[in-house]
Amino acid sequence: MSEYLKPLPKPTPISRPFWEAARRHELMLQHCADCGAFVHYPRPRCPQCFSERLEWRRACGRGTVYSYTLVRRASSRAFADAPYVLAIVELEEGPHMTTNIVGPADRVGIGIPVEVCFDDVTPEHTLVKFKPA
Amino acid sequence: MSLKGQAAAIGIGELKPIKEPGDHTALALMGAVAAEAIADAGLDKRDIDGLLVGVPFSDPGMIYPGVAAEVMGINVRMLNQVDIGGATGAGMIWRAAAAIQAGMCSTVLCLMADLNKVGDQRMPTVSVQREFELPYGNIGANCGYAMIAHRHMHEYGTTARQMAKVAVDQRKSALRNPLATFNDRPLTIDEVLASRMIVDPLHLYEIVSPVSGGAAVIVAGPEVARRATHPPVWLLGAGEYSNHSTITYAPSLTTSPIKPAAETAFAMAGLTPGDMDLVCPYDCYTITVIITLEDAGFCKKGQGGPFVMEHDLAYDGDFPCNTHGGQLSFGQAGLAGGMSHVTEALRQLMGRGGGRQVSNAALAYVNGNGGIMSEQASLILERRS
Repeated sequence: MSEYLKPLPKPTPISRPFWEAARRHELMLQHCADCGAFVHYPRPRCPQCFSERLEWRRACGRGTVYSYTLVRRASSRAFADAPYVLAIVELEEGPHMTTNIVGPADRVGIGIPVEVCFDDVTPEHTLVKFKPA
Repeated sequence: MSLKGQAAAIGIGELKPIKEPGDHTALALMGAVAAEAIADAGLDKRDIDGLLVGVPFSDPGMIYPGVAAEVMGINVRMLNQVDIGGATGAGMIWRAAAAIQAGMCSTVLCLMADLNKVGDQRMPTVSVQREFELPYGNIGANCGYAMIAHRHMHEYGTTARQMAKVAVDQRKSALRNPLATFNDRPLTIDEVLASRMIVDPLHLYEIVSPVSGGAAVIVAGPEVARRATHPPVWLLGAGEYSNHSTITYAPSLTTSPIKPAAETAFAMAGLTPGDMDLVCPYDCYTITVIITLEDAGFCKKGQGGPFVMEHDLAYDGDFPCNTHGGQLSFGQAGLAGGMSHVTEALRQLMGRGGGRQVSNAALAYVNGNGGIMSEQASLILERRS
């Protein structure tokens, strides 16, 4: 297997549960115990009500494509394997998430339903991606 | 108390963009463009007592304003950096006016220059971009603006031809701008659409081209402005707004923070979009112009595409827009690219538009846009008759 050369996430104490869940092939989101908002990306306080009472909850893994692009030429040599589909997925719980849609690009469109899948890019790193549902 | 009519822009410096960085340093370019602006205002460098600097992408460093002041041999009563991406140029103008109004200084040099190369570190080591964007290939600005354009097409039916028209009309004006990077031949919509697709739906000719260059503007209070060489251009209104940094987490991909920034600026000026003779909206991509025209109130939300088809955006058209060619034809010298919209509005209002002069231009709207539609600074500028 060739070496993985793309940028990898470096978890912080706040975000570590998200990436540890991804390695278990689970999608976890922060949930505000005070206002009920789901939060992504992981933050120290709820961006809606500023509460510190953020708890981790398992997300259903379903969403829709809010927008996307087919990157044919990336401005980084790490992504010389372009084209790839970069997307913003609107999760059923509400938050938006940057991700890739795997599979044929011509199946991707705004509003299509997608479901989470997990890409174990290295033994230590799993990226959260989506595929058409 | 507002900033309305409290300070004026009285001098412009702008370097002709060059593609390659060569042996230049950003600091040397800053000195060159500062000297040009100071001379343009009819001042001596000893008259400068305030300094706002944009830190170059090619040479990011801390406490940069002091370094720039020392290199130029300028002593100042106020110095700072402005760090709001492409909105930095417009954001400097009102900050300069605010410092002057507060009595902290009288004559501010707003200065930025950059080389077409990337420095060591442009992003905080620990950041949402590094952790949640880059691993998926959300790199640079292209991807975010492509997703904005797709969503705009989806929500409002905006077409590729409508977006391309922005680049075409701006190019027509660029042909009469000797400083523009791309001023040798006109563009057609078909040519834009035939250019290479980089990030769907954005073609190569809809994407700004990085260059080396610099821009500077002198802002002064009434006393200094009265003895300026050129007609002073007064700041009548300013507004700034930001509601996200990363586009993924913005409240909307298609309605931007330009709306509150522009509303604040127009309210301060006591004017409406219909009063403007000229607009200079930040144009890193064609879609940026369309969204700016909508959110600043020049047309209804979602009608930016039809609007640019119905109007001629060139210098001699019915809706002059980015008559320097925009960054799309002028080139983007880092943060200085965002000052090009300010300098062009000033040139036109001072009556120095040369072969692309907009007739009877007295009022202009300028918008600076940072990041991925994230930091917004709107200005209303006036040449008093």
